[in-house]
Amino acid sequence: MSQAENFPPESPEEAALSGTLAASLSLRQRAGGFIVPLITVVIAFLMSGFVVLATGHNPLLAYRDIFDGAGLNWIFHPTTNLASTAAYNLTQTLLQTTTLILTGLAVAFAFRCGMFNIGGQGQYFIGLIVANWLGYDFAHMSPFPHILICIVAATLAGAAYAGIAGFLKATVGAHEVITTIMLNWVAIWVGSWLFGDGGPLQNASDKTVPISNDVADSAKLPVFWGQQLLQGLDIGIFIAIAALVVFWALLNRTTTGYEVRAVGFNPESAAYGGINVKKNLIRAMAISGAFAGLAGALDMLGYLYHYGQNDIPLSSVGFLGIAVALLGRNTAVGVGLGALLFGALLFGTTHGLTSTVIKPELAGNLTYIIQGLVVLFIGADVLILYIWNSRRKLRRPRGAKAAEAATA
Amino acid sequence: MSDGVVLEMRGIRKVFPGVVANDDVSLDVRVGEVHALLGENGAGKSTLMNILYGLYHPDAGEILLNGKPVAFGSARDAIRAGIGMVHQHFMLIPVMTVAENIVLGTEPRDGIFLDERGAERRVRELSQQFGLVVDPAALVADITVGQQQRVEILKALYRGADVLILDEPTAVLTPQEARELFSIIKNLQADGKSIIFISHKLNEVLEIADRITVLRRGKTIETVSAQGATEASLARAMVGRDVLLRVEKKPAEPGDVLLAVEELHVKDDRGIEKVRGVSFEVRAGEIVGIAGVDGNGQTELIDAITGLQKIESGRIVVGGREVERASAREMLDLGVGHIPEDRQRRGLVLEFSIAENIALHDYADPPDAKWGWLFPRRLVQRAARLIKEFDVRGGGPLTRAGGLSGGNQQKVVAAREISRDPKVLIAAQPTRGLDVGAIEYLHRRLVTERDRGRAILLVSLELEEIFSLSDRILVIYEGEIAGEHTGEVSEELVGLEMLGGRERSAA
Repeated sequence: MSQAENFPPESPEEAALSGTLAASLSLRQRAGGFIVPLITVVIAFLMSGFVVLATGHNPLLAYRDIFDGAGLNWIFHPTTNLASTAAYNLTQTLLQTTTLILTGLAVAFAFRCGMFNIGGQGQYFIGLIVANWLGYDFAHMSPFPHILICIVAATLAGAAYAGIAGFLKATVGAHEVITTIMLNWVAIWVGSWLFGDGGPLQNASDKTVPISNDVADSAKLPVFWGQQLLQGLDIGIFIAIAALVVFWALLNRTTTGYEVRAVGFNPESAAYGGINVKKNLIRAMAISGAFAGLAGALDMLGYLYHYGQNDIPLSSVGFLGIAVALLGRNTAVGVGLGALLFGALLFGTTHGLTSTVIKPELAGNLTYIIQGLVVLFIGADVLILYIWNSRRKLRRPRGAKAAEAATA
Repeated sequence: MSDGVVLEMRGIRKVFPGVVANDDVSLDVRVGEVHALLGENGAGKSTLMNILYGLYHPDAGEILLNGKPVAFGSARDAIRAGIGMVHQHFMLIPVMTVAENIVLGTEPRDGIFLDERGAERRVRELSQQFGLVVDPAALVADITVGQQQRVEILKALYRGADVLILDEPTAVLTPQEARELFSIIKNLQADGKSIIFISHKLNEVLEIADRITVLRRGKTIETVSAQGATEASLARAMVGRDVLLRVEKKPAEPGDVLLAVEELHVKDDRGIEKVRGVSFEVRAGEIVGIAGVDGNGQTELIDAITGLQKIESGRIVVGGREVERASAREMLDLGVGHIPEDRQRRGLVLEFSIAENIALHDYADPPDAKWGWLFPRRLVQRAARLIKEFDVRGGGPLTRAGGLSGGNQQKVVAAREISRDPKVLIAAQPTRGLDVGAIEYLHRRLVTERDRGRAILLVSLELEEIFSLSDRILVIYEGEIAGEHTGEVSEELVGLEMLGGRERSAA
């Protein structure tokens, strides 16, 4: 008890000086709203710079090219004219950002309820599949209701799919990390079957190609910057930004969010407070899945329109969402910025880098190197906190038991 | 060195941004002395000891060891100089043996291997020399908390400590283990070791210490000899005013039965029956105290009454309404308030603000919320009012609960429970780990609430607390009521019943 009495220390200043791991971590946790993620990114870029250097190229040039390639130089000469390369690049970066915001939220929401949702990828596929199916099948509808039905159904499907993991955790205590990973594989193989040769969702015109049908025009999201045929920027980005606001409001301004945070911080206190912990586990997981399902719908209706069996293993937006959420510290603003960073990296490295700046075969990998390093640094921090917390939880009962034994 | 002073700290000052933690603090420790460092939470005891142990650098002042000035850059320097510290939370590795833990960092070697036998032998020698009984070959995970503490002490001795700092050593111990610790301390003392004993428990300090230094708000108030000091004089020095160690209360005027428990049976999470046919009543305007050694079913009894644990059989009647299979939510709505025994693990969400914690039961009801929408400003307004009423110090409505001292955390819990106007208030270990000022406040408050007509069920491991507050005393032993007393009763009899003595003497 008295050990807990001292934790956390009375002031962050004291914590920093007391030199214990927990104390310094709790300080970082509190002071590190923006500082820690920023430092993490800077270190990741520095270390990746060494990788570039090792290949005999100039890291600064490489980063400038990624910056330009992602269209971020657009802010220096803003124009809506897509003849400008910068403007075009920016639209593509923002398409990636849209997806990552939502897959990031899918991880962040579960985190706030004390769970680690690794199933964003699977939930994303479910959304993608449902949106493709309804987008093709209900072709006679007028645009607005058609889009609405596709989005709502895909979101609910993602929620239901993630809800399975929440339900298993609440009822039989199956760990959500295991179940969501397994559900990823289920979604991947279901998608492969649906879009593959002879699959129910394979395209009607050419049965030799394992690709789905295109969604009907009435299901396509309006493109407001660029042209639909040239993969312009659709209104999905606004829906994603709205989702950030919803995420924030849901957590901080509703009783649901209060319960989610209470359960996430301390399930025992939550139960004592009269909160139904099991219900919250299921509900939080479902809300997480809803974000990922929405991501799938927006991608399908916004610019993909169809999906190939061979694309399935290549997609990693669900996993990138983990990095986005970790970097963004599971907050709305953080996830938004994290998604922009990774969106820019994804597009910037594939399109911006020329062979004079970096070896082409390394270009795409640079994103993953930076991503890996970010996850490593942030993940290490979170992991240490996690271990520390569970150690704290474990130690008390054992101490109490030992005391009991001694008095008996 | 001439007057036998082994350690002297002079004019120590340590400032953290915004807080003067130590201000011109002086302390001298003699050879073979038990020197108690007494003060409320936040008085600067820990800061001072962390400076001595090399964890902090003082902003001013000096440390003299055997008359020579020293400066410790790290704990390693302090250890090398012969200073050992046993922290409140032990720094042991559970999967390693006692001997391995003790020699860690300075292992005797046999070639490149750890000399396991040699290590165990050295530990055995040390443990015999000081009467610290512990099995060197046992795994730390398998031994009791009291034994773990001995391992920590042995670790310090193994590294050659002459001055041993014990930071609230009895806080984690049972009364029996505390006794044993005291005899160990006597042995160490006889061997010429000096001990700095940090505590805020007055009776302990008076029992074990030779001299006592009292700190208050970062300043040395006085250093006195334990002989001649009394609990009252020490409390006054600690708090800075006279403290009522005994609770003043009028005789109870019991009214209607607000809580009745009949033939209650409850199993714990492992399926072991911990409450075995308990029956009692608590009336409006009385405090019923449940005395007992930890682990005799108190926790399960409370959890059953508050809806946190399922009932096997029996009845619970709250305010005339019988409840079966009630959830925690229903019990709250029926008017059962609960100050839980572990405020950090259960009573509070430490990461939440004070305002959010105060809303823990009512966050979903008007005026806090409507149709699922939360109104944070109303939470804050209510918290601000209660912070004032319950004299919570150290922060405002938006302060994280985890940043408050233990006493203030408990006041937040009490504020929340009492402000809900409960018919029945269950107070489990309400003053555990608190300093005298906070204890006084909570005790007075419980009596006030009694006089307002609430039925109060007090569960405590501290007999003193039970005796000073209760109008009626129940003794619980192995899940059954082993005795009931109204009016005068001796502590000895209750103590005997707590250990199942009546059973044994009857047999």
